[in-house]
Amino acid sequence: MTLRTQLLLEATDVAKTYGAVVALRSASLAVRPGEVHALMGANGAGKSTLVKILTGAVRPDSGRIVVGGRERMAHSPAEARRGGVVSVYQEPALIPDLDVRSNLRLTKTPEESFRHWLAELGIENLDFSELARVLPLATLRIIDLARALAIEPDVLMLDEMTAALPANLTERVLAVVDGHRGADRSVIFISHRMIEIAAVCDRATVLREGTTVGVVDMTDGAEERIVELMIGDVAEAVPPRTARRDAGAARPPEATPRLTARSLSAKHKLRDVSFELHRGEVLGVVALEGQGQDELFEILSGSERPDGGEMLLDGAPVTFHHPADAIRAGVVYVAADRADALLMQRSITENIALPLTSRIRQWGWINLVAERTRVDAAVEALQIDARAGGEVRQLSGGNQQKVTIARWVAGGVQTMLCFDPTRGIDIRTKSQIYLLLRDLADAGAAVLFYTSELKEIQLVCDRTIVIFGGRVVAEIDAADSDEPTLLRAAYDLPSDAPADTVTDVAVAGPTTRERST
Amino acid sequence: MTSSISTRGARIPGGWSRLLREQPVVPISALLIVIVVIYALVRPGVVNADWAGVILRAAVPLAILAGCQTLTMLTGGIDLSVCAVASMAGFMVASLLHGPGFEIGIAVALTAAALAGLLTGIGVGIFRVHPLIMSLGVSFVVLGLANAWQILTVQSSTGVPPVLRTIGSERLGELLPYSLVVFIPLTALILIGLRRTGFGRMLFAIGDNPTAARLSGARSWQVLITLYVLSALMAALAGLLLSGLTNVASVTLADSLVLPSVAAAVIGGTSIFGGRGGFGGTIVGALILTVISALLTALGFPEAVRQILFGSIIVVVAAAYTRVTSVS
Repeated sequence: MTLRTQLLLEATDVAKTYGAVVALRSASLAVRPGEVHALMGANGAGKSTLVKILTGAVRPDSGRIVVGGRERMAHSPAEARRGGVVSVYQEPALIPDLDVRSNLRLTKTPEESFRHWLAELGIENLDFSELARVLPLATLRIIDLARALAIEPDVLMLDEMTAALPANLTERVLAVVDGHRGADRSVIFISHRMIEIAAVCDRATVLREGTTVGVVDMTDGAEERIVELMIGDVAEAVPPRTARRDAGAARPPEATPRLTARSLSAKHKLRDVSFELHRGEVLGVVALEGQGQDELFEILSGSERPDGGEMLLDGAPVTFHHPADAIRAGVVYVAADRADALLMQRSITENIALPLTSRIRQWGWINLVAERTRVDAAVEALQIDARAGGEVRQLSGGNQQKVTIARWVAGGVQTMLCFDPTRGIDIRTKSQIYLLLRDLADAGAAVLFYTSELKEIQLVCDRTIVIFGGRVVAEIDAADSDEPTLLRAAYDLPSDAPADTVTDVAVAGPTTRERST
Repeated sequence: MTSSISTRGARIPGGWSRLLREQPVVPISALLIVIVVIYALVRPGVVNADWAGVILRAAVPLAILAGCQTLTMLTGGIDLSVCAVASMAGFMVASLLHGPGFEIGIAVALTAAALAGLLTGIGVGIFRVHPLIMSLGVSFVVLGLANAWQILTVQSSTGVPPVLRTIGSERLGELLPYSLVVFIPLTALILIGLRRTGFGRMLFAIGDNPTAARLSGARSWQVLITLYVLSALMAALAGLLLSGLTNVASVTLADSLVLPSVAAAVIGGTSIFGGRGGFGGTIVGALILTVISALLTALGFPEAVRQILFGSIIVVVAAAYTRVTSVS
């Protein structure tokens, strides 16, 4: 009975900051022997940081970690592994240029046991002399898992293990996870799929803004409780409603949408996305991490080509082979990562004027006066504070982000694709960007706006589409796009359904919808 | 994540390091003056207008070759084929002098150079071969073809055309080298081109952040192919001046200049990682290397000392630039 009361893994008040960014404020996690424990939290809540700390990849600033009754601070994943904590990360951890057998030898994996788990997980006839790079992603994930299981860890951590798997393999994985619990072994399970959580987990720890806000027993209605905890105090987040909503509603219905996506698909991430984006509207996109939104924006902006489906611009089919094609067609892209968008060593002017000289016919003499006028107007429109200095890297994050937007505003915007443009910038700049996006839409531009902060949807968007597992699972009108609704939709839970209905679906395990994927 | 994140810009040091970072021409020119003063002290009475003319004349071909490195380094590349192309051009004009004539020779040499540059540009821009490898490979191909040409045209003398000898080695009023007639317009073209043309902007953009350039609609292969063709043409020009200066036309004439040309650009403040630099500093860098060479020769030091000194200067200067330009 003593084993029952003793926790297998306990993390208390773990904190971690990266520079000015607080990743974890006070996270706690207690895993009992023999349970499957879910770790939940919205984007940026600190899940990944906590996992990295537990596996020794990152050192915490403060906090206590106890494994098997002994305080321990792992300094490397290898050390954590020896201590019985093994994790399977989101990305395959095999060395692509080695064959499977060499990869196993690298981690001293017992082959007999590995084969056993592989069969258990539903992969037969794996050729061990095959190079890792030629194997399909799903197989690599299964190999990762079998490799972790083969060394019989005390605590097995699965980070989005099922994200890249087809339905039949997902079922096998869930069954193995289910069977792995018991005795004194435990599993920490991270997934965006609420249905999986409900099917295999015993308890769930919920993180919000770097703090553990609750531990939920996975009984009936637990999903609702988890969503509530993830959102937190909803009352404080009520956005100021302004007259602009009426202006948006007064928009005359348009026959031809500016941009139409029809059944776009790419790689394994994006499966079937269709939507219409009209002039004069801001269309929100909501998705948990890795649901295909990155691929969608890459396709729309011309960086990647879709495997299937088509895009229409003003009703006519278009194919973008290069971002230049999209730009020429009036579709511009504001990247999430400023490091991808800016010439850090160059001036604000050169950064804003960059698209003006990118085509061969623009390689000639630059009209500095015309350029100055245009850049000044953009700097004025976005209120860029240029005092910091000549190079863009000397600007604050908020001003840098404004420069990436100013580049396109300078040319007059028809269609703007914004991928999380307010990530990591100050609140004042954020509200300026909201206003700007509204202004652009009111001036007749079509704006597609992905954000990882659900609060922003209601402030900026007229409509919102929700993507889950590479598909559009919901379209939500501005009036209904409060945070709980959006988050429920993002987890692909039925919106506004009575709690008991939700549980019925959830406890049924992988539903027909899951199977059909 | 809460919104109270304020991402501060990079801390940038002030004073001398700021000057070295933003206007490298100024401290580098100061270094040049210091070296000239040392020369004047060690060899009293030698440093005068006539001496300056000689130094200038010797520095011009190196400065042009270093210009090729500057332009390619701005995009994060390098052009190691410049010296093979320069030698080839000089040799070709000389070998075609008796027969087809001077003008045809120039046209053939420039066309051959442009083709070599096109080859490098296609490799770098379309097939994404690293510029170091690509230009090294092309330099061997060019050398090989020049050798083959030499064997095929086993003709009489390969004399350097008188026009090139005049431009390359003679001086107006025994003072100003005629090569400036070529060099000054070229310099103006490069300086203005980098600052005031869309093509110049694209060189900096691709070197600073290829992803950002791409997302802004730039097709880097267009820029890179144009760039390497231009670089090869400039190299050919330098080769013609060099053969005039030395009165030699050989397929390995400019070989010893490949590393000094990179060194001059680095000393002049152009970053090998791209996005930062300019031609002004490169000219001063070429002058510094030329003056040091002359000084060591005047003092009777062996070649080895020159090599060690050049190497040390490059390392020290590169370290200083890295220090002042890296984000703390």
